[in-house]
Amino acid sequence: MSSDASVAGPAPASTERARTVRPSAGPWRTALASLRRDRVAMVSLAVFLLVVLACVLAPVFEHHVAHTDAFTSNISGTTVVHGRRVPVLTPSSTGLGLGVTPIGPTWDLHHYFLGADGQGRDVMARLLFGGRNSLLIGVVSAVIACGLATVLGVAAGYFGGVLDAILSRLFDVVWAFPVYLLAISLSVVLLTSGLTVGPVHIEGDSLWLPILIIAVIYVPYVARPLRGQVLTLRGRDFIQAGVGNGATDLRILRKDVLPNVMPTVLVFLPLMTALNMLTESALSFLSIGVQPPNASWGTIINDGLGLLYTRPTVTLAPGLMIAVTAVALNLLGDGVRSALDPKARLRGAA
Amino acid sequence: MLMFVGRRSVAAVFVLFTISVLVFLIFFATPGVDPAARIAGRNADPATLAQVRHEFGLDRPIPIRYGLMMEHLFVHRDLTSFVNRGALVIPQILQAVPVTLSLVAGAAVIWMVLGLLMGTVAAARRGTALDPLMMLLGVVGVSIPVYWLGEVVNLLTQSRWHSGLFSWVPPLGYVSLSDNPGEWALHLLFPWLTLAALYAGIYARVVRGEVLEALNEDYVRTARAKGLSERRILVRHALRCSLIPIVSLFGLDFGALVGGAALLTEVVFGLPGVGKLTFDSLQNLDLPVIMGCVLYAAFFVVLANAVVDVLYAALDPRVRRA
Repeated sequence: MSSDASVAGPAPASTERARTVRPSAGPWRTALASLRRDRVAMVSLAVFLLVVLACVLAPVFEHHVAHTDAFTSNISGTTVVHGRRVPVLTPSSTGLGLGVTPIGPTWDLHHYFLGADGQGRDVMARLLFGGRNSLLIGVVSAVIACGLATVLGVAAGYFGGVLDAILSRLFDVVWAFPVYLLAISLSVVLLTSGLTVGPVHIEGDSLWLPILIIAVIYVPYVARPLRGQVLTLRGRDFIQAGVGNGATDLRILRKDVLPNVMPTVLVFLPLMTALNMLTESALSFLSIGVQPPNASWGTIINDGLGLLYTRPTVTLAPGLMIAVTAVALNLLGDGVRSALDPKARLRGAA
Repeated sequence: MLMFVGRRSVAAVFVLFTISVLVFLIFFATPGVDPAARIAGRNADPATLAQVRHEFGLDRPIPIRYGLMMEHLFVHRDLTSFVNRGALVIPQILQAVPVTLSLVAGAAVIWMVLGLLMGTVAAARRGTALDPLMMLLGVVGVSIPVYWLGEVVNLLTQSRWHSGLFSWVPPLGYVSLSDNPGEWALHLLFPWLTLAALYAGIYARVVRGEVLEALNEDYVRTARAKGLSERRILVRHALRCSLIPIVSLFGLDFGALVGGAALLTEVVFGLPGVGKLTFDSLQNLDLPVIMGCVLYAAFFVVLANAVVDVLYAALDPRVRRA
């Protein structure tokens, strides 16, 4: 029997001698310590948390700072710029004179800091509220995708046989389906009718719809590498030793397999959050993601399209927020990876 | 080897078949979704609905409808649009293919050159400031929404700096290669760069990793011992071996993009390619066109997957036994 039969963790870090000198830090604490020494990862984490905090505080900004409402149109409203009262929307003076030009950025936090959108709504307030949805969808769908992928990938790799054959084919099919087309197809169909599974009904404009759609389409991205990892683990001595000792499957899965695949899942989590956020924004940009009256960074970019050449801030600001958040998450993911060092890789999408 | 190709082809056909069934079920059998209600429009009375249902064959059992649609799509090749009555689906797709191919092929050249260059330089200059800088550029490329980048490019080239720096940029749209090669390239230049910006970053990261791994191999030490120059070792030995995984990655991405994954870029730049066609048919829920586009897309992805696997098996005999 191999000596590491009972070691549950990515690496049997401690040796007998080290244990007598001082208690070993253990793989998790070692990884955490090395992550905390990674300056790029820590700055990224700070940036991400700052974005989250700003978005969580959106109602505070709306009510107490800007004194506007992010969700009702304000077509005939006025605001104050440099002490003078000006309309939020002015009729267009070029072309046919149809349409309106909203007020541009005033750089005054109390009065339309980033200007207004086509309906006279405060872009800054919408940006923060939209960020709540973008972040929520990104994080929740990443957690669901990784959770589902862990269950399915581990089950396929550990039990093998018919279950593995079915699951692997399923992964193949979803994998071969271009992600955006699958997401778009599902969104288009489910938006109009909502989704009914047994007693649960999800309305077409619910945030759960994009969350579930995005979570499901990315399951193979995580499940496939996990399955491969479990497949190699299955043949390792310490698992065989567990089987030989008469441990139940559940015990082996919980004590030996899961602790070994957890690092991979953890590496995927921030990367998947970034990817899912980008996917959500693309769907919303195509107006089949988050539905009005809800907003997300993608829908705000979509709102700004008609104003691109006159008031580009409406488009630029949410895109920058997405980019900053995604860069932070990707760098954090890199940091987590080098701290834990499993061989995980993520493909990108256009 | 022949056995492997055969087995791989059977698997590819199986995946394609499953995808076609899946798409069909998504659009025609999702509980609560009634295609007839969409074709008839809002507030249609029951008689109209029944008529529409009968006219489009929507009152028949699902397996028969699936069979009929596949027959029209592949056997008679006369599947028609639900929205533009009489418009054939296949010619529409065939017309859109050259646009998508032009976009993706040009972008692919740019991102491969940039990716290889950035990745190799980053690996060779490891430990200098150039390496993290290149990698940061790569992360930024992956993190920017491609459609948003396209809008920013449009803002600069079509509006803000159009009277000065970018006065030579033509308006959005597409000119076919056979009509005017110069205009074709000019119209596609910024779409190419936008799409390539996303992939160049991903490829640079992968190339860097592979080259670094190769530089640790024994044959590189042997090459050094033989007294070869560092540049020759890097390009002729390390980079060359790193190309195998890159080629397989490239095959998959290229297949997905030709299949319509370039949808966002096409929509933003007003290019009438397959992605745009899919998007437009989704906007007015033109189910036969959607079916055609998605199947066409899946075909390219599955084909690319199969080609890559076979190439891999040709390069590495161990794979054939798996």
